[in-house]
Amino acid sequence: MENKTFVPADFKSDQAVRWCPGCGDHAILNTLHKAMAALGVPPHKTAVISGIGCSSRLPYYMNTYGFHTIHGRAAAVATGFKVANPEMTVWQISGDGDGLAIGGNHFIHAVRRNVDINIILFNNKIYGLTKGQYSPTSARGFVSKSSPYGTVEDPFIPAELVFGARGNFFARSIDVELATSQEVMLAAAKHHGTSVVEILQNCVIFNNGIHNAITDREVRADRTITLRHGEKMLFGKDMNRGLVRDGFLLKAVTVGQDGYTIDDVLVHDAHEPSNFLHQQLAMMDGLGELPLALGVIRDVDAPTYDDGVSMQVEEVRARKGFTSLRDMILAGETWTVE
Amino acid sequence: MQCFPVRDVGISKYFRNFASPRRNDGGSIPTTLNQSFVMEKTNVKTLEKVVVRFSGDSGDGMQLAGNIFTNVSAGLGNQVSTFPDYPAEIRAPQGSLSGVSGFQVSVGTGVHTPGDACDVLIAMNAAALKTNHRFLKPGGVIIVDIDSFKESDLKKAQYITDNPIAELGIKAQVVDVPVTSMTKAALADSGLDNKSILKCRNIFALGLVCWLFDRPLESALRHLRNKFAKKPAVYEANAKVLQAGYDYGHNIHASVATYRIETDEPLPGVYTDINGNTATAWGLIMASEKCGRPLFLGSYPITPATDILHELAKRKDLGVKACQMEDEIAGVCSAIGAAFAGNLAVTSTSGPGLALKSEGIGLAVMAELPLVVIDVQRGGPSTGLPTKTEQTDLMQALYGRNGESPVAVVAPASPTDCFTMAFEACRIAVEHMTPVILLSDAFIGNGASAWRVPSADEYPEIKTPEVPAELIAEGSWRPYLRTESLARFWPKAGTEGAQHRLGGLEKDPATGAISTDAVNHEKMVGLRREKIARIATDIPGLEVLGNPSADTLLVGWGGTYGHLRTAVDELNAAGRPVAFTHFRYINPLPANTAEVFARYRRIIVAELNTGMFADYLQSRFPNINFLRINKIQGQPFAVSELVGRTAKLMEE
Repeated sequence: MENKTFVPADFKSDQAVRWCPGCGDHAILNTLHKAMAALGVPPHKTAVISGIGCSSRLPYYMNTYGFHTIHGRAAAVATGFKVANPEMTVWQISGDGDGLAIGGNHFIHAVRRNVDINIILFNNKIYGLTKGQYSPTSARGFVSKSSPYGTVEDPFIPAELVFGARGNFFARSIDVELATSQEVMLAAAKHHGTSVVEILQNCVIFNNGIHNAITDREVRADRTITLRHGEKMLFGKDMNRGLVRDGFLLKAVTVGQDGYTIDDVLVHDAHEPSNFLHQQLAMMDGLGELPLALGVIRDVDAPTYDDGVSMQVEEVRARKGFTSLRDMILAGETWTVE
Repeated sequence: MQCFPVRDVGISKYFRNFASPRRNDGGSIPTTLNQSFVMEKTNVKTLEKVVVRFSGDSGDGMQLAGNIFTNVSAGLGNQVSTFPDYPAEIRAPQGSLSGVSGFQVSVGTGVHTPGDACDVLIAMNAAALKTNHRFLKPGGVIIVDIDSFKESDLKKAQYITDNPIAELGIKAQVVDVPVTSMTKAALADSGLDNKSILKCRNIFALGLVCWLFDRPLESALRHLRNKFAKKPAVYEANAKVLQAGYDYGHNIHASVATYRIETDEPLPGVYTDINGNTATAWGLIMASEKCGRPLFLGSYPITPATDILHELAKRKDLGVKACQMEDEIAGVCSAIGAAFAGNLAVTSTSGPGLALKSEGIGLAVMAELPLVVIDVQRGGPSTGLPTKTEQTDLMQALYGRNGESPVAVVAPASPTDCFTMAFEACRIAVEHMTPVILLSDAFIGNGASAWRVPSADEYPEIKTPEVPAELIAEGSWRPYLRTESLARFWPKAGTEGAQHRLGGLEKDPATGAISTDAVNHEKMVGLRREKIARIATDIPGLEVLGNPSADTLLVGWGGTYGHLRTAVDELNAAGRPVAFTHFRYINPLPANTAEVFARYRRIIVAELNTGMFADYLQSRFPNINFLRINKIQGQPFAVSELVGRTAKLMEE
């Protein structure tokens, strides 16, 4: 690997960015440029593959290999790309509609296979490009153009889907939390296997303020917790709130009150193979007593699909020792016509 | 005269005048490739005759199963000839080599003997496999009762290893069927004792064979009813098991190649036995060797194309990356991803899968990536007749996508031609940077043939349109710069300085950036169309066989070649002069198509659909009246019906 250092501009293309002013995508794009520069993989060894939707325009703004594919299929395209060319660092950009509705099948299977790609899931709980229909992450009762009387279906929680598909990396951030976003993107890229990063993103036109109950400046410190491996699970304006075990469940307490001390507060272990606690952390919604978890929630090493394919090819080739198609055929049953 | 005159669609200013890589070295397709199939005097054999051998323990009822199959076939009007092969010892120990009983039957037309060797061998236990596998023809199928290959069974049959297939050196296709356990399961509620239940295993095997060869169960049931007239409970049990065996065949889409197409005068060389699906897989590998890009397959199992996935999965020993994806769409999309990464990328399927892949193929049209899509056609619509053959996906291949999205379409003519045309599909895809659909079918996919193993130099190098290094160095390469053939250049992802963005949105031809300009779109549509049309200059012309100076031309395409060629020979031999031409390149058509058609007063298009190719030709040659011979019964043409129907049309 070259010992070159990169700056965010190395990853920017010359294309004008065409998202709406105020869209959360701008912040995520800038953060991604920074995360890529910090990662140090050169632009020509980087690929960004997307489906269809507002967020999926992102590859055009990257000076990397980029592919704006078709609706829902980015995970399948990215899987083929990575298997075919394992030297590339592959990012996949999807929205909640693209990734979890039309592309839900490819999403769960990419996670199950653990192909080494970094999926950034822009979750704005709305279809923006088609001008405002409810998405698979919209809450029950959500009113939109296609649900004028409110939806009568429950949403996916992306993390739950990831864990259901036996995912090994899940992280979460908010579009405006630039430092956390960069931190989790970098961790996702360094993780070997499928990484899913959910970013709560604000659609300023069709779903403005959908995450406000959690992301508003006044409440954010109390309604979110940023998890870091090896660190105490503390949050709040004064960092005196902590998560403790309560039987099989989690409970938010104030350190120094009700007999809880700092020693009772859990230490985050993102590398724990069991996803039992990770799932509970990821399911906290920030709307009740428990804060919404940001940061890297799970980061566990496991064999990857692309490595498996490459290693099997190498192993079988070495064992059989064929040099060409003809060589292989002649080793089978043949006869000669004079 | 060309069928697609090269029009100026106002695109010349959008490509720099790079020489087409193919033309640089004056290379053209070697004559062997042009003529390998056309020159072959082939003969569709065993089409009308099949040999089945039942083998098992002397107590397994092989004679009964064989006799019923024979009688059922005779009832269908088949000629039959049987050969019961009893053991010498009437009471040899169960499961021993000396206790094996066999029954061979040849059914069909022109049957004069029970046949020297069988197409299908049923081995009810390990001993039967050992004593009978030598009777199997090359390319035949063995059905074994996998429940009777336990350690003790192997010991009784004197195997020395625990892998009887390897030990016997069997290379045929072996179908493992749990005959014993499924018979037991079918009769779990019958009230029969275990010994009586096991006596019905032969009828399960019979049911499976009836499925394989389309024998009606009603007739088999009638024979069972007569046999067990005084034991209604035994009849009921056998009837149930017969149906269970038949259903099992249906459920696993069991099929056997009952067709062979043989070369009458083989060229000297090394030969092997091959079916069309294996030939397809191997043709792709040859193309990968010839273009220097690794082979990637993204696929999903579907009858009758799955064997291509199976073969390429085995060929990891040649570096093939074969990925079984989560669905048909992921199959094509992973291949598109692999193509963008720089691999020779393929997806394989049958008609319903092609329908699912259409949006993906449209993306490859727009992104102008090389992609080979293999459709082993089966009976449709919908799930249709999954194990039967048809040519009914032609229109889907040509037009089944949104927007103006032309792709190249080719169709192999025979099992061995699958090798050549799979190679050609790859060559066209890579050299012209386009998706190519290969229309194989169940008949040639499963049909087997002896095949001369080609040496590598019989196939041309595939000239991958690598990005000229000087363009990268001077920073002037753009993703939609083109060669003279209008192909884009194809960088390997990871090449420094060749980063670029592709996508499904319409683009500016100079920069490759998104363009919503109305006039530009029309130009790009024309350019993509013209790119496909220009392939006509890079494929062999039509050849005319039979009696070229006749006034009637019989036209075929794809997998019907063997039957048409044989029918044409018979017609000419019978004093009815007929010329014959066969299309393997469907879009674009060979450049001399119009010229060939102009020589004939009467043109008859024969195909296994309601006239799709005839309609396609009609749209291109509106002044010709194409006569038609069509059949859609899930079966290939019979030579006799082709002879009769052609002769009739010639009288009109």
